[in-house]
Parts: sequence; C-alpha cells; structure tokens
Amino acid sequence: MSEVRFARAIGAALADGMAADESVILLGEDVAAAGGPFGVTKGLLDRFGELRVRDTPISEAAIVGAAVGAALSGLRPVVEIMFMDFMTLAMDALVNQAAKAHFMFGGQRSVPLVVRTPHGGGVNAGPQHSQCLEAWFAHVPGLKVVCPATPADAYGLMRSALADPNPVIVVENKALYGLKGDLPAPPPEVAIGKGRIARPGRDLTIVAYGAAVHIALDAATRLVSDGIEAEIIDLRSIQPWDEALVLESLSRTHRLVIAHEAVEVFGVGAEIAARMADVGFDDLDAPIVRVGAPFMPVPFARGLEAAYRPDGARLVAAARRVLA
Amino acid sequence: MHDSSLPHSKLRGLYEMMLLIRQTELRLSRLFADGEVPGFIHLSIGQEAVPAGVGAALDPTDTVASTHRGHGHALAKGMPLDRFFLEIMGREEGICGGRGGSMHVADLSIGMLGANGIVGAGIPIALGSALAHQVRGGREIAVVFFGDGAIAEGVLHESLNMAALWKLPLFIVCENNGWAEFSPTSRQVVARLADLAGAFGIPYTEVDGNDVEAVATAAATIVTRVRGGGPHVLECRTTRVRGHFEGDPQKYRDPIELAGPDDALARARKRLTELGTREDDIAALEAAVEDRIERAVSAARAGTAPDFARAAQDVYAPAGERP
Repeated sequence: MSEVRFARAIGAALADGMAADESVILLGEDVAAAGGPFGVTKGLLDRFGELRVRDTPISEAAIVGAAVGAALSGLRPVVEIMFMDFMTLAMDALVNQAAKAHFMFGGQRSVPLVVRTPHGGGVNAGPQHSQCLEAWFAHVPGLKVVCPATPADAYGLMRSALADPNPVIVVENKALYGLKGDLPAPPPEVAIGKGRIARPGRDLTIVAYGAAVHIALDAATRLVSDGIEAEIIDLRSIQPWDEALVLESLSRTHRLVIAHEAVEVFGVGAEIAARMADVGFDDLDAPIVRVGAPFMPVPFARGLEAAYRPDGARLVAAARRVLA
Repeated sequence: MHDSSLPHSKLRGLYEMMLLIRQTELRLSRLFADGEVPGFIHLSIGQEAVPAGVGAALDPTDTVASTHRGHGHALAKGMPLDRFFLEIMGREEGICGGRGGSMHVADLSIGMLGANGIVGAGIPIALGSALAHQVRGGREIAVVFFGDGAIAEGVLHESLNMAALWKLPLFIVCENNGWAEFSPTSRQVVARLADLAGAFGIPYTEVDGNDVEAVATAAATIVTRVRGGGPHVLECRTTRVRGHFEGDPQKYRDPIELAGPDDALARARKRLTELGTREDDIAALEAAVEDRIERAVSAARAGTAPDFARAAQDVYAPAGERP
C-alpha cells in the first residue's frame, strides 16, 4: 500500500500497461519530452523510447484518426487530448470511425483505442479549457466512457481501458491530478461499468462521478449534523454505467440526487434520472433531483467560476429538498 | 510511344481487374435501378485504372483506406466478389454482415481498412496504419485513396505533415476526376496537390490516371520507395463518368461518353490488341468476368436478411477479444 497522487497513478497504469503489452503506444501533444502538460506521462519516453511514446503536432483530428488506423492495424494507441474542449476537433475520428468500425464492419475487428483527456474547471482556465463534455460521448453507441475519482480507480480504470477491445475515453478531472490516495500493491482491478459505494448511508442516494464524488462526500459530512446519512455512489464508469448498483441503493434509500460538474441540461444525470424514474418508479418517495452546472459556458474570473461550479452547499440543498 | 509499356501478361491482368470493377459497377447500377441495392452508391466508372494499377503494386499484407467511391479499391485489394455483392445488397453473409453497405465495405483480413462515408477520413486512418507498420518494424505500407474534393479537408494537411515528419510508409493516391460532389473542384480548391506535397517535402508524381500502364508503372516505383521509408504522393488525372451518386441527374455538366477515346478500358483493350491479343481471347476474358459477376449476384440474391439481435450484439467487441 502506498500513497500516490492521481496523476502518478495514471502514469503508473500506463507504464505497467506498456510493459505488459508492447502493442501499447502513446500519442499526444507534449506527452513525450515534456511528460505531458499535467505531468501524467513523465518518464515514459525514457523508459519506452520514441517509437512508442510520441510527441505529435497540434493536429487533434489527424492524431485520433491515426490512432483509429493504428488500432485497426494491430496497435493499442493511447492518445492524450490536452483538454477535453479539444475533443471537438477529433469528433469524426471518434464518432464516425472509432465508435462504428466494429459494428459497421460486421464485427471483423475492434478498435482498441484509449483517449485520455482532462475535463473540469477550478483552475480558471476559461470557456475553452474547462468543459465537461462526457455526455456527448456517452450518447454514441460503440464508445465507452470512464471517469475516476480516486488514484486507485484512476489506475484500475486505465488498466481496464488498456485491456478493453473497444474505444474507451478516460476522462480525468484536472482538479484531481494532485489528489493523494492509497494505491494498494497489487492494485485491485476496476471493471468498466462497475460503480462503488463511496459512503454507505440510509436516507438518500447521491450518484456522482469524478470530482463530483468529493463534493458529494463533503455534502454528506455536512448532512450528518442534520441527522441525515447520505449514501454516495461513485459511478466510475459513465458508459456503460452501473444501473444495478444505483437501483439497489435506491431500493434502500428511496431518494435520489445525481451530481456532476457538467452542465445539468441534457447531461449524464438526465439519463440516470430517466432510467430510475422508469425501472425504479416504485421505490421512489420523492422527485429525482439533479445538481449540475448552469446552462452557460464556464466563466473565467474566480468569482464567476466559483459560482458556476456545483459545490457541497448546492448538494446539501438538493438533499434537503428530496427529504422534505 | 509507351515509355511505361508492360509485359503482355501483366497488362492482361490489369485489364481483367479493370473489367471486373467496370462490369461490377455497371451491374450494381442496374441492381440499384431495380431497387435491389438499398441506400446510396457512388460509382467509380471511368476511374478503374487507378485501383487496378495501384492494387497490382501492393503486397497482400499492405493496408488500404478508401473512400465513398471505393468499390474498385476493395476489389483490387482482393475482396471476395460474392461477399462484396452480399454486403451491398444488404445480406447477413455480406463482408460486413449488412451493417455497412457500399460506403463501408471493408475486409480486414486482407488489409482493406474500409471505404468511408466521410470525405478525407481515410487519410488519417491510413496514416495511423502506416504508423503501426513502422512501430512493428515490418515492410508493409499503407495506401490511402482520396478524391480531389478532399484536398479541401483539413485532415489531409495535418496528415501530410505527420507523414513527412515521421517518415511513414504511406502511399498517398489522389484520384483527381475534377469533380467535388456536384461542383467542379476548380470552384472549391485553389491549391495544387503538387505544391502541397512540395510544401511538406513529400515526393510527388503525376500520371494519366486513365492509362493503366502508366499508373501501374508509377505505382510499382513508388511502392518500392515507400517501403523503404517516407511518404509519396501520386496524383492520377482521371474521369468520373457517372454522377456523384447513382441517380444523380448531373444537370451541372455535359454527359460523358462511357467508352470514349480516353476511356481507361478502351485504351487498355486497344493496347492489348496491338500487342497481339486476339479478339476472341478478349471476348472470352470479358465473358468469364461477366459469368463471375452473375454468379455473385445470384449468390447475393440467395443471401439472408441480417439478424437484428446479432447486429445489436456487435455494437461492442466482447471483453477479451483481441483486435
């Protein structure tokens, strides 16, 4: 058992995955010599060489398109897209090519591609460097989307993504890169599609993923003083998401709040709410409430961004609402 | 008069491939008109010398990324004719199980990485395939076909840069038919591909894309060079006889005669005759190709409708499946 930072856990997973499988290569802007803009890939160039760890030009469309071609030709490319906002430039490769190849070619071959990308605010990076766009990708059949909240899950989900035959988008909240946490040795496996109960509780269920898990844990601590015990589910995977775990928790608590940093409207929470309103209808004692960002671009100035991002206070208010 | 003249037997093989592509597409045209082919098809009639000439220069392990006008590329790479027709006619036994159709025919077992419904999208896919060949240290090359309309797509520019930067074994083949969908390319693109290639330091060759001997000779030379190292651009000036898609009334241009004096097949046939091939020998070749196609069409008609549940199971590859 050792304590590592979130960014180092991802780096360790990449290193272990590359050591285990020589078909894994890394591609991205400044991932090699500079070790990545957030230091995630530091040391991998020295260890694995420039054939497998490559700095690319600033050409997101071609980088991801090339990764699809490389994946169809026997490699397991891992692409870093420096900010999730830049995924917009690689949409054809992801949505029309990577997501569809296995289906469209009749199952002849899969596209074992991993795209790592940081999302989220908190660093005043402004409207084009802060967005949480994971719902877009979760909407596309053929793609998988994961979003870890802890260093151990960041390690485990990255290893699972590297072992998966399908294109997997690993969304890393940039505010978590410095987060410390335990990474047991050997690190436990984390299957894509399996959530975890981050905090058990009896009174309501709060479903979250990524950095919002920590906001939910903060809210749960505050709710204790009111005698409220919130159960926190860390979804870990967004596509596929652990419907059975959420439903099981709801069957005990009968109240559901869904929290994410992404814009609330048409977000991941909308899908979970719709599904639980269907399959969990008989278990619900209150309306399902979502807590997400308002329907506006992520603002830059400190005060604006702080007001924009969902926080513990908003989650506490939502929890009180479903318990009223 | 032919500085790129080929041995008789080689030319005969190229003619046979062009004939297979031409007759297949003419048959598809009739099947489409009769309602036996769903969706859109984009025919490459008039352009057959390019896939035949380039395809003849490739090894079975080389990889090819194609376009929406990709029937010729698939057949020249060796896609089985029956499974090709089965796919385009939407059958379970099709090469893609009836999921893709004309715009997505692919045969990964022979390195055919797929036709593509998105203009220019095959370019970075071939780039990545070339990267895989380089990383694995093999002798394979990747080939990308694209039309002149794709010169306006950003991924071409990005991919030329990366191919040159990393000296990737990428053979870049432009089929310049002068038309970008419904518009003359001259109204859409000012850049010349020769200048673009030059800007990235990539060697460039231009050929008469309706002269299969010229295409095959240039392709053979280029493939040898690309196998040893970096990328190369081949621009083939050719003719799109049909509309952008089958059924396109082509009100935007004068009709092109199918077997005019510049027709690739007419030219190759004439050349074969000059080299001493007897008319009855050519007629027998043509009859044999027709027969192959009719048998494939019959097999496709006998194919079964795709199973929805089976299709739904293929959205994701099962865990543990190796690519």
